[in-house]
Amino acid sequence: MTDFLLILISTVLVNNFVLVQFLGLCPFMGVSNKLETAMGMSLATTFVLTLSSVCSYLVYTYLLKPFDLTYLQTISFILVIAVVVQFTEMVVHKTSPLLYKLLGIFLPLITTNCAVLGVALLNIKKQNDFIQSIGYGFGAAVGFSLALVLFSAIRERVAVADVPVPFKGAAIGMVTAGLMSLAFMGFTGLVRF
Amino acid sequence: MALIRLSSPHVYKANSTANVMRLVLIATLPGILAMTFFFGWGTLIQIALAGSLALAFEAAILKLRKRPVGFFLSDGSALVTAILLAVALPPFSSWWVTATGIFFAIVIAKHLYGGLGNNPFNPAMIAYALLLVSFPVEMTRWTSPMTQNGGGWQIASFADTLQAIFGSVEASWYDSFTGATPLDALRHRGALTTEELWRSSDVLLNGVGAWYAVSAAWFMGGIFLLSRKIFTWHTPLSMLIALFLTASAFYGFDPDNYISPMVHLGVGATMLGAFFIATDPVTSATSNRGKIVFGALLGILIYIIRTWGSYPDAVAFGVLLMNLCAPFIDQYTQPRTYGHSSANRGMKGKN
Repeated sequence: MTDFLLILISTVLVNNFVLVQFLGLCPFMGVSNKLETAMGMSLATTFVLTLSSVCSYLVYTYLLKPFDLTYLQTISFILVIAVVVQFTEMVVHKTSPLLYKLLGIFLPLITTNCAVLGVALLNIKKQNDFIQSIGYGFGAAVGFSLALVLFSAIRERVAVADVPVPFKGAAIGMVTAGLMSLAFMGFTGLVRF
Repeated sequence: MALIRLSSPHVYKANSTANVMRLVLIATLPGILAMTFFFGWGTLIQIALAGSLALAFEAAILKLRKRPVGFFLSDGSALVTAILLAVALPPFSSWWVTATGIFFAIVIAKHLYGGLGNNPFNPAMIAYALLLVSFPVEMTRWTSPMTQNGGGWQIASFADTLQAIFGSVEASWYDSFTGATPLDALRHRGALTTEELWRSSDVLLNGVGAWYAVSAAWFMGGIFLLSRKIFTWHTPLSMLIALFLTASAFYGFDPDNYISPMVHLGVGATMLGAFFIATDPVTSATSNRGKIVFGALLGILIYIIRTWGSYPDAVAFGVLLMNLCAPFIDQYTQPRTYGHSSANRGMKGKN
């Protein structure tokens, strides 16, 4: 249990996937203009990340390893992620058309989120077991969501600020992301992993 | 665009930004005096250096942005930022450390976002965090308080201090005038319990009183600002209570390993942070309920980062992390407006 909690703190705060490891920056910059879409994106990414983290672990341990096919891990993880995203899309479409409409294009876009593939690969590299993979995937997703939601709330405010013209839009977004990353350095050392 | 409808009283004098900033400058005086008394001339030199640099950078960037230079320069906000950074820096840090910090605070953290009132992060704390991350050696070489040197009045002379800031001095000079801060000393206690460390450490045995006195001076300045209604009690009180309660919980649970709550309140930048930094009206939460949430989370974050993190003091990082959350807190703590049965806050539903 402590182990699980440490993994969560480590991935959410100390080694935040977006602000410390710089993974998943495209949705971080792309979907953060409005708080509400950022919330939707966070929910969808959390679901997909956790599920794909577990699935890719299972594929690696019970499919690739016994047949000595570990060199295929990247391509098979991409396939697993695509399947999970498709599956999520179908389930959401059938069960909650409202949420499906709310998420719109962001759902299929999760396939290209490098944090998802990053988590799958890091799980193998860190030799996480089944439970740890769940924690790692979930923690990464919560960290991603936290960064994305806070960032979008700030961006809504910066959007109406008197920003100098050369820095308007994406440029000040990048500066803000950098300063957020600086703030997150304060968590360094909380968990030594 | 916005139609301003005012109800009575119609005759009043609005508190101008310049007036607020002037009061804040006055309120920093006891803290600055106490720091000069205990840590020597370094603090005053840093303030003069940081202040003049801040005005210069502010004027230059206003000129570049084609804004009225005199108008914005006279509101004094750049000076307040400079003083807050200067008192946070170690008194003997080199001029280029201060210059880098001021440049980052004024140009990047403030004016890239559109100047005063638009910056999402506290400029002084952004600069402090940047310097702490970039120059850890310079930033952790804090001056020993004069009470620690036994002789009573031993502080570095004015000429020596100038030499340390603008020129260079031998490493041995630093050894005789600088040392660990109480928080530093308490982090690196090895196998000792807190109480054993307290008896064996010079800075804790003799020097901590100076830190308490400096904190008391900041507290006085804060109370002055509070009495002049520059900020409300919500943020500082909830921050101090949260820090106190968290620290008491851990201290009561295991006094050998955790620092007593009174020490947490008295050393480091707790008081400066509670009254001068967390209350920044631009970067903290807006509503009263939001301020309470802001302060309480800040207090808990400070405790967490101080106790388990790897940086010596946590106020800067805590404030920055809460600045990050402030827009989000605002979103969820909007008060109910008159005539509506419930507050219009959070996600706006499906329509």
